[in-house]
Amino acid sequence: MIVIIKYNAGNIKSVENAVRRLGYDCVVTDDSEQIRKAEKVIFPGVGEASSAMKYLTEKDLDKLIISLNQPVLGICLGQQLMCKYSEEGNTSCLGIFDVDVKKFPPEDKVPHMGWNEITGLKSPLFNEIKESSDVYFVHSYYCETSKETVAECNYIRPFAAAMEKNNFYACQFHPEKSAGIGELILKNFLEL
Amino acid sequence: MTLKKRIIPCLDIQNGRTVKGVNFVGIRDAGDPIELARKYADQGADELVFLDITATIEKRKTLVDLVEKVAQEINIPFTVGGGIHSVEDAGAVIKAGADKVSINSSAVKRPELITEIAERYGSQCVVLAIDTKFNESNWKVYVKGGREETPLETTFWAKIGESLGAGEILLTSMNNDGTKDGFALDITDQVAKNVNIPVIASGGAGSKKHFEDLFLNTEANAGLAASIFHYGEIPVPELKAYLKEQNIAIRYESGF
Repeated sequence: MIVIIKYNAGNIKSVENAVRRLGYDCVVTDDSEQIRKAEKVIFPGVGEASSAMKYLTEKDLDKLIISLNQPVLGICLGQQLMCKYSEEGNTSCLGIFDVDVKKFPPEDKVPHMGWNEITGLKSPLFNEIKESSDVYFVHSYYCETSKETVAECNYIRPFAAAMEKNNFYACQFHPEKSAGIGELILKNFLEL
Repeated sequence: MTLKKRIIPCLDIQNGRTVKGVNFVGIRDAGDPIELARKYADQGADELVFLDITATIEKRKTLVDLVEKVAQEINIPFTVGGGIHSVEDAGAVIKAGADKVSINSSAVKRPELITEIAERYGSQCVVLAIDTKFNESNWKVYVKGGREETPLETTFWAKIGESLGAGEILLTSMNNDGTKDGFALDITDQVAKNVNIPVIASGGAGSKKHFEDLFLNTEANAGLAASIFHYGEIPVPELKAYLKEQNIAIRYESGF
């Protein structure tokens, strides 16, 4: 079963819809037993980092997420919460990726909203995805690039559009809103 | 790598159907919104906007049902507007699957609404829609579907909206809307230069060249249009292919 982690973040419905469009059944839950037993776990989210972390900690989901062994995909805020620290609300995050999350400086319009190119693709998530494909982003904070970066984007500065470490995958863009290319990326994850 | 300019078909919704007016009056039917939405998404539209133009309390449920169906069917972002007066109204369409809500008259009446929705759901989902008209010497903000002038000057109001937490501005020039004579380049650029959030230009698109003019001459991030897409005058793929040929940063994949 595919499990989408339910917490106090928006945009969960679109992820659920996208998974169902691909023909997979899924449940949206914060039940730790169901999450632990899932075949794949999606950790979505649009929202604010400190309140999201607070909620995860209260529900003991923070410890649960880092202990998972099956493939886990963080999306947008999900990716940021998988990092070490976020400037948003001065928040200590899950620390799966050894990376900091910073606010875009106001050198261009913020949020970074719309379709932008991803390059340097090196993950099974991007099987059959061409270099410089356009995907949909909406975010005001970005993850710094590191050795865990598996796709880059450049807006104001280069940042990690996707990351991978062991069984943990993450993307800053929204595959569930990125038309056919996004569907293929989600499908690649679901077929891992 | 450049952030792409967005092409956004707008669907005006009345009683569950797509309609289109000219200069804010004179409505004609333009089809089933879900079919149209799916077609535009398949054709490579970057985003969609649904504006419920007869939002009355008894019709809200119809709109929420429609939003749910759209969210199930399409794989690109979409905004829903019309009749959103409270955080609860915004929440109803966001929970149904809308990515953003647009607010217009209700934000002029009670500007705190912008902040309330932004704090609850994030700035990225608050689109401040501004209907503007050039009135003797100034671009003024109009409300209630363009029927009522306010004392607000357009660029000033856009800046206030940004400071209150809006994540995007959807600027419609009433002088241009429905004319097919092109976008209002002056006010669009003035607003876009004065805010640090994306600006969607709306009103007046009648040709591919009008979108080229918009993106070459203003800092707008997106162009929105309705009738030229609904009646097949300019198919989305043809428009995007044209803009790409003019070296405008556009998301385009062959095979649409």
